[in-house]
Amino acid sequence: MLAKVVNPEQLTELEKRLLNEYQHGLPLSATPFADMAQHLDTTEDVVLRALKEMQEQGMISRVGPVFKPKRAGASTLAALAVSPEKLASVAAYVSAFDEVNHNYERLHRLNLWFVVTAPNQQRVDEVLVEIEVYSGQPVLYLPLMKHFHIDLGFPLWC
Amino acid sequence: MGDDIKLDELDRRIVVATQAGLPLVAEPYQHIADELGTTAKEVMQRMRRMLESGIIRRIGAVPNHYTLGFRGNGMTVWDVPDEKVVEYGEKIGALDFVSHAYHRPRFLPEWRYNLFAMVHGTNRDELKHKIDAIAEMLGKDNRAHEVLFSTRILKKTGLRLIPGQKTVIRE
Repeated sequence: MLAKVVNPEQLTELEKRLLNEYQHGLPLSATPFADMAQHLDTTEDVVLRALKEMQEQGMISRVGPVFKPKRAGASTLAALAVSPEKLASVAAYVSAFDEVNHNYERLHRLNLWFVVTAPNQQRVDEVLVEIEVYSGQPVLYLPLMKHFHIDLGFPLWC
Repeated sequence: MGDDIKLDELDRRIVVATQAGLPLVAEPYQHIADELGTTAKEVMQRMRRMLESGIIRRIGAVPNHYTLGFRGNGMTVWDVPDEKVVEYGEKIGALDFVSHAYHRPRFLPEWRYNLFAMVHGTNRDELKHKIDAIAEMLGKDNRAHEVLFSTRILKKTGLRLIPGQKTVIRE
C-alpha cells in the first residue's frame, strides 16, 4: 500500500503546526483537542477535522500514544548476503516467520536486513539457524546493546 | 524514565485499545473508558504513569515521513572506538535529523561497525550533507562508515500487545 506523496508547500499553516508541535505533548485531559485548539487559536472542530483529513490522506498514520518497543523476550537485528538469483526466495522465507517483524532489502553486499523477536533467546537462535540452513549463508546477528535516542518525534519544517 | 513497571490487566487493555490510535472525537479518553468499562480519569492516570515511566514514549500525531516527502532515508553505520561509543551515540542521537541511534556489537571480520544511526532527509543530497556533518563531528574517531539505503520494505509489522498476554516492559 503506497500512499501518495504530499508536497510540504501545499500544507496549510494549521497542518504544519499540528505536525511540528503535536508529535508529542497531546494533552492528557478530558478534551485534548479543545485544549490544542485554544493553543492554536482555532476551534476544537477545526482541529478534529484537520487531523481526520491528515489521517485519511496518509500524512499521519494515527494520533495517539507511541509505545516503547517491547523488551520482554529476546530480539536481534540480523543481516544476510544473498545472491541476486536467490534473493526473492530467501526474502520470502525470512518474511514468512512470525518472529520476523521487519525485513528490508538494502543496497550493500549484506542485502537483507531483518529483525527477529521471540519470547526467548533459544527461539531467536532457532530462527537464525533455520534461515542459515535455507539460505546457505551465515547470518550476522547484531543485537541491540544500547539505544540512545530520546524519541520526541521528528522536526519537519522547524 | 525506564523504571521497570508491571502492567496490570487494565493497563494492558488500555494499550490494546489505544495502540492503533485514539478516536478523533471531542473526548477520546472518555470514549476509551466507555469501551473498557472504566472512567476517563482512570484511563488518563494510567496513561500518564506509562508516559512517566517511558512505556509510552510520547502521545501525539504520528507522521508518515514517506508521504510527507522524506525520501532520502539511510541507515548509517560507524566504526568508532568502543570506549567512546556511548558518548558519540548520545551526541548523534540528539541530532534532529536522526530518528534512532543504537550501539550494536561488531561481527568481525565481516562487520566492523558498532554504532548505527537512522538519518533522514528529503533527498539523497540533503542526506549526504547530514552524514558529512556527523563524520565531521566524529573527526579522527570516525574510522570508517557506510550508508545502507533500503531499496524495498519486504515486511514491516508493528509489535502488538495481545489482549490477555502477560507482559513486562523494561529497558
